[in-house]
Amino acid sequence: MLLEAAKLSLMFARAKGGTVVAVDDVSFAVRENEFTVIVGPSGCGKSSLLYLIAGLYEPTAGTIQMAGKPVDGPGADRGMVFQSFTLFPWLTVRENVAFGLKRKSMPAAQAQPIVDRYLRDVGLLEFADAYPKQLSGGMKQRVALARSMANDPKILLMDEPFGSLDSQTRHVMQELLLNIWEQQHKTVLFVTHDIDEAILLGDRVIVMTARPGRIKRDIPIALPRPRHPDIVLAPEFLAIKRQILDLLHEEVRRSLGLSG
Amino acid sequence: MRLLRPLEPIQRLPALVAGCVIGGAILLAWSAVTYGGLARTDFLPEPHKVVTVLIKYTGSGQLLESIWVSSRVVLLGFFLSAILAIPAGLFMGSFRLIQAGFEPTINFIRYLPVTSMVPLLILWLGIGIEQKVAVIFIGTFFQQVIMVMDVVSQTPKDLAYASYTLGTSRWSAVFRVLLPYALPGICDAMRITMGWAWTYLVVAELVAANSGLGYMSLQAMRGFRVDIIFMAILVIGLLGMLSDMAFRLIRRRLLAWAE
Repeated sequence: MLLEAAKLSLMFARAKGGTVVAVDDVSFAVRENEFTVIVGPSGCGKSSLLYLIAGLYEPTAGTIQMAGKPVDGPGADRGMVFQSFTLFPWLTVRENVAFGLKRKSMPAAQAQPIVDRYLRDVGLLEFADAYPKQLSGGMKQRVALARSMANDPKILLMDEPFGSLDSQTRHVMQELLLNIWEQQHKTVLFVTHDIDEAILLGDRVIVMTARPGRIKRDIPIALPRPRHPDIVLAPEFLAIKRQILDLLHEEVRRSLGLSG
Repeated sequence: MRLLRPLEPIQRLPALVAGCVIGGAILLAWSAVTYGGLARTDFLPEPHKVVTVLIKYTGSGQLLESIWVSSRVVLLGFFLSAILAIPAGLFMGSFRLIQAGFEPTINFIRYLPVTSMVPLLILWLGIGIEQKVAVIFIGTFFQQVIMVMDVVSQTPKDLAYASYTLGTSRWSAVFRVLLPYALPGICDAMRITMGWAWTYLVVAELVAANSGLGYMSLQAMRGFRVDIIFMAILVIGLLGMLSDMAFRLIRRRLLAWAE
């Protein structure tokens, strides 16, 4: 197993007093070259779970092992694409993508082809010298994806990366990510609340409960690869979607205080 | 009226005209009051008298000498303050513990009127350049620290997080992420405090000095020369405007990436 999370819990103190349990006793493992998706109702702690694995938050209890070594703080082996736009505004697109390589002291001559390759993959090579403020939201997230991939992390963590984009752009981004993934099979841990997105992209979908976040079900997605976005209309796809919808529906009702 | 809609931008020409109209109106009112005999000209000089004295003092080199003396003090006090305030504000804005340690004390000093410290500074440092530089330093440093701290602490956390996941250590993120992100805001803070530095200079020169624009103004008062006082005010205003423009230019040139 590349990544192993055991009995992870995260509690934090509320400003007004009392504690919130964001993640409660979560255990799971991710295999190499696997695309794992975590879905759950909003506020269920799925993003917190990803921040824990990135080492950005410290767990209240439990352990995380990455390639056999315990996780203690953030590191370049776990790249991350955030929901908010996190490009460095003072750097050009090219400099943003090269940021991680520069931290590794890679010579510019060696970094250049890597940067170009990932910019080409996300279709933004011609914007290499633009500044982030000149880009649309979808373009910013494509650069963020290229920036993480160029750094060649062992696992790519994605926290609702298309969550703040309009639905048309979101579909294009899903197709782009699908295409890139089919070629490289990078290990990905992807968080979303979009069920279609989860099934379309994932080898496996982990459904979480409403707060406190626990794992409700771990569903393998046996749909054939390479996948095409049209698969969302296939009966097999719809059967899985129904199953996940039912699971989530229960949770949303519970979180809203509605019975059954 | 297309030009008077809340928040809507206007074109360059009407903006320029509006600025000239207001400036011109003030000049016109000033002329009307003085030339029209509505005010005593020994208290309010006619515009041409100010221009005449400006030409005379420029020709004799007295004005340039005073500008040099005053500017040197302002720049010395300002940059000494900035060099210390920017790193101090950066660390206070980056680390909540450092902020918690220093902020109460700095806020206490920040609200002490600098003028209240002038007697003490004269006692300690005399009436030379050291005293004036100290007045400007005290007047600007504590404001700068708090302003820089505010700008730095507003850096989105995810931006620092993103740099960690790309292999940046937490310590170096302070310099590689927080500092560059805050630069436009720091530049604005410097621009604003530069204006205050000019204010404190005049305060320092009015109380104790033997040269400079404030001193020139004080001497003119003793000789009942309102035209010289007006010239000094005009020159200080222009110098302030010039330094403001310089900061805007730097920001636009060097920090073009900012929104």
